[in-house]
Amino acid sequence: MKTKVSKSGIQPKKRSFFETLKKDWSLWTFCIPGMVLTFIFSYIPMYGVQIAFRRFNAKQGIWGSPWVGLRYFERFINSPYFERTIVNTLILSLYGLLVSFPIPIILALMLNAFRHKRYRKVIQTVTYAPNFISTIVMCGMLILFLSPTVGIINTVIKMMGGEAINFMAKKEYWRHLYVWSGVWQGMGWSSVIYFAALSGISPELHEAAKCDGATKFQIIHYIDFPSILPTATIQLILSCGSILSIGFEKAFALQNDLNVSVSEIISTYVYKVGMIDNNMSYSSAIGLFNTLINMVMLILVNKIADKMSGTSLF
Amino acid sequence: MGKREKEIEVEKNIKRCKEDVIFDTVIFIILTILLVIVAYPLWWVIISSFSDPKAVSGGHVIWLPIGFNLKGYAEVFQDDSVVRSFLNSVVYTVCGVLINLAVTLPTAYALSRDKFSGKRFITIFYVITMFFSGGLIPTYMVIRNLQLLNTMWALVLPGCLSVYNMIVARTFFKSNISEELYEAAEIDGCTQGRFFFQIALPLSGAITAIMVLYYGVGHWNSYFSALIYMSDQTKYPLQLVLRSILITNETALQQAATTAEARAALNEKKQLIEVMKYSLIIISSIPVLILYPFIQRHFVKGVMIGSVKG
Repeated sequence: MKTKVSKSGIQPKKRSFFETLKKDWSLWTFCIPGMVLTFIFSYIPMYGVQIAFRRFNAKQGIWGSPWVGLRYFERFINSPYFERTIVNTLILSLYGLLVSFPIPIILALMLNAFRHKRYRKVIQTVTYAPNFISTIVMCGMLILFLSPTVGIINTVIKMMGGEAINFMAKKEYWRHLYVWSGVWQGMGWSSVIYFAALSGISPELHEAAKCDGATKFQIIHYIDFPSILPTATIQLILSCGSILSIGFEKAFALQNDLNVSVSEIISTYVYKVGMIDNNMSYSSAIGLFNTLINMVMLILVNKIADKMSGTSLF
Repeated sequence: MGKREKEIEVEKNIKRCKEDVIFDTVIFIILTILLVIVAYPLWWVIISSFSDPKAVSGGHVIWLPIGFNLKGYAEVFQDDSVVRSFLNSVVYTVCGVLINLAVTLPTAYALSRDKFSGKRFITIFYVITMFFSGGLIPTYMVIRNLQLLNTMWALVLPGCLSVYNMIVARTFFKSNISEELYEAAEIDGCTQGRFFFQIALPLSGAITAIMVLYYGVGHWNSYFSALIYMSDQTKYPLQLVLRSILITNETALQQAATTAEARAALNEKKQLIEVMKYSLIIISSIPVLILYPFIQRHFVKGVMIGSVKG
């Protein structure tokens, strides 16, 4: 009985679906080029990720190579690189998160409370600028800036009577350089979103607080900060979701033989195994492992944030 | 206007209590320090690029250019690989942006229509790609099988639609091109296609500019895809050539100097190459620098459109 009812219930719905399809065909055609390209360059690779479970050889291609199950995952977990790359990636991204998450918020709060409007414009224009510099140029600048011979930092050190330090060759400096150069480049730009949220606060709130005799610090503490908290939570969730997927470009550009023990992160290792050692299956397995951990992290952090503050992505 | 502003300023000064004065001073000092920290490295590169090679390699250039000259810039333009890759990058960026626009704007427009039947399906289709991807090697294999290695298409097609940018554009269309407008046009016999090209797009100059800038800066600055997909040196984009000069230091200075004269010449050449790096940084940033005032305004607008999506 029940099935019959639902079947007859579906019938008119289906017709209306085709009707809307007919009505919407032009909107569908708008979407087709993007969907076709995304299918080719995103979905086919998702299907092709099965070479992580096969022993790839060029003769038989992806589909003909023999299945080996989880062998490459086991190999990665048992290899010395497993611990090294994961620890390096985690330290780098947690350190980065700890520093580069609060700084833009503080910057936005300060800019918002700043009295000199013209000077504020200047500060904003200048701090946004590094964001548009390419990774390569930024790293090149960093190398020149810290160079033991021509770099300004070492010139100052020498002037003070110290000895020149080859920063790029010392691995103990590498993480600090990576993270703080990131702050230098991204601080201003990341503050834009908070600044936008702050300028959305109704001025009446501020005026009322002033009438009640609140100091500027109290206004920030009780009005400004709480009102950008939801934005901050979303940003935090997003950055936690990508905790193991630090960009390849900068780490690779700053990497050299002397600092490789701290600078080898998952993405650079995937590149080396796959593109330089040509070990396609092993590289895909490491990449897939990374993607899965990221997904789990994102879902976990999202759940926690949802429970704690009621703000979540989905 | 100025007078009124001054009056308000005076009023503020009267009202400020002692705590606020301290607070304002502290903020002023911190922000000024930040400004110097951000601006100085940029300034240092600019003055070094205009300075005498000897002063630069001696580390004497600190506040102002020493021995103003353009030797570094002359050296850059004599380098064939730099000029060629600069032109390559221009071509890749222009073509890339055109493809990005052709794909992103129509998709965003379609998804902004409330009554569109494919809205849910297509949104999910794209959101999945944000969280899950095949990864480096499977993508490389697809591109190799399509025989796109060493072609421009390998750089511009895979990232043709950034989901984040698409959402920004969708939000814009949703709040600026109303459904009623289309309904009115439809009554007059206008089709969706015609409506999009003749009415919606001309009203969307702001979002088109934002997309051009977001995608354009992205193409201009990226080197990862070229590193993977390009092996032919004549097709390298600028960033890869920059990498070999700035980061891995691959300069053609291998000859050994035997005589004192040759040694001095070699030393001079070395210094010149050092200055050339600074000039190279400036030249590679020129396209973005020219657009910067324009970029900044629109970029901020883009972030704001994006942030109200929730």
